[in-house]
Amino acid sequence: MLRRALFFMALIAFWEILCRLGIWEPTLFPSPWRVAQTLWRTLADRSLLLATGVSLRRILVGYLLAQTLGVVLGVLLARLRWLEETVGSLVLGLQTLPSVCWLPLALLWFGLNDRAILFVVVMGALLAVTVSVHDGVKNVPPVYLRAARTMGTGPVALYTEVLLPASLPAILTGAKLGWSFAWRSLMAGELLFVSLGLGHMLMMGRELADMSQVVAVMLVIILLGLLADRAIFGVLAARVRERWGLAHP
Amino acid sequence: MAKLSVRAVSKKFYGSSGEVQALLDVWLDVEDGEFLVLVGPSGCGKSTLLNVVAGLDLPDTGEVLEDGRPVSRPGRDRSVVFQEGALFPWLTAQKNVEFPLKQMGLRARERAERARYYLHLVHLSRFRDSYLHELSGGMRQRVAIARALAVDPEVLLMDEPFAALDAQTREDLYEQLAELWQRTGKTIMFVTHNVREAVCLGDRVVLFSARPGRVRAAFDVSLARPRFIDDVDVARLARQISLAMKEDRRRIREEEYDVDWHAAAGALLHGVDRVLGDPL
Ligand SMILES: Nc1ncnc2c1ncn2[C@@H]1O[C@H](COP(=O)(O)OP(=O)(O)OP(=O)(O)O)[C@@H](O)[C@H]1O
Ligand SMILES: [Mg+2]
Repeated sequence: MLRRALFFMALIAFWEILCRLGIWEPTLFPSPWRVAQTLWRTLADRSLLLATGVSLRRILVGYLLAQTLGVVLGVLLARLRWLEETVGSLVLGLQTLPSVCWLPLALLWFGLNDRAILFVVVMGALLAVTVSVHDGVKNVPPVYLRAARTMGTGPVALYTEVLLPASLPAILTGAKLGWSFAWRSLMAGELLFVSLGLGHMLMMGRELADMSQVVAVMLVIILLGLLADRAIFGVLAARVRERWGLAHP
Repeated sequence: MAKLSVRAVSKKFYGSSGEVQALLDVWLDVEDGEFLVLVGPSGCGKSTLLNVVAGLDLPDTGEVLEDGRPVSRPGRDRSVVFQEGALFPWLTAQKNVEFPLKQMGLRARERAERARYYLHLVHLSRFRDSYLHELSGGMRQRVAIARALAVDPEVLLMDEPFAALDAQTREDLYEQLAELWQRTGKTIMFVTHNVREAVCLGDRVVLFSARPGRVRAAFDVSLARPRFIDDVDVARLARQISLAMKEDRRRIREEEYDVDWHAAAGALLHGVDRVLGDPL
């Protein structure tokens, strides 16, 4: 922890020194101090908060949608042979497509609006989630299912009380992966047209040639990504792995 | 009438190495309250038979009757203890034992009480709230036994439940299992390839032979209980059964050798460098 803090302090100091040397224009290479000022200014005039709010709302809606659909689709693919042989190969194929590639399609279908962005976010996360859940359910040891049958487990309970809990570690892996895909897709989508989110604010910084704003927004994006990754998914995954007896430190 | 009756059961598997006749025309009766042990070499079809009795697998021909009624699917009247326990790692010991009770539709209060009782029966009261990875192998098998007993089944099917345990733990569990069986009067069908274990536990030991899997011989064990694994009488009977098993293995080896020998003789006659036995 101490080592990490020292490293980042050194990094910031190095950054400051580079600026002081004046090799590049200050507008193109803002000092840490200017970035901090911009952060403060955009926080104070609430533009940063607003953009963050818009982006977070979008990702929450899109991500929850993708996660729900992904779990259902993944489980169905793993359990229904005919579906796996048909839709399964489609999913694998589409998964190789970077999610921004959906944008032109989304723009044609939905126009320049929120729904297009939402579509890109969902498509970005959905396939990753589906594939992880599918793998997880496929890898549930058959003996669990046999045991469940000898205990008179009904068809619904077989899913809710055996298959899903048994594949929870894989589902969480998918959730984490899906989140990072969704976040990337959202930023890509927001960069491309007026949309009020963080991505758009990043673009505004470019258009105003205000590099400090670009860097400030980048910092916020990194911070939010880290927060979700560590504080939510990291903690959840660690707890599940421990309880499932998978943790081997 | 026998509690369980296996009648003319045959089953074939079509695996990657061709077809295997896992069971061929197996007949077997298990009396009510009997402790029956199946022994036999690895791969002779013991698990297959147990799964058929459990209703997890269907036989190609023949049938299994329970109290005269044909078995067609798994049911709580026949609890299974699997070799690897097959407990759910995401549940505590207590919740694992409650699982089948929940499927029965019991209320939470009653479930908890019954699970507590059965965990007490296998001496695990202190570890009720432990997750599986916090328990030793022997403890896990005891949880599995508690889970199997909790639904108050008529028949207990156990597939090498102690195979993965060390000798001391196993001995303790023999004692506990024999005691549980005497106390509850369940019918038990127990699979093992450990002959001493078989004699130590069973009323009757049925010897299986391989290829095809079928009943080779049955031995009544009329030794007084409690029995211990190193009793002289246990050892003596176990030796007798082992000899029969060895005899069987010798027969199989000879059959294999026979095939090889014919192959070798054929090679002498029609090898790549020979025509009708004459060197080229
Ligand atoms: N699902 C399956 N597919 C193909 N072959 C199988 C299958 N299950 C069992 N077999 C074959 O059937 C035979 C009997 O298997 P089974 O598991 O009943 O043996 P076993 O007596 O329980 O052996 P062990 O003591 O090693 O557990 C084996 O030769 C095995 O290869
Ligand atoms: Mg077996």
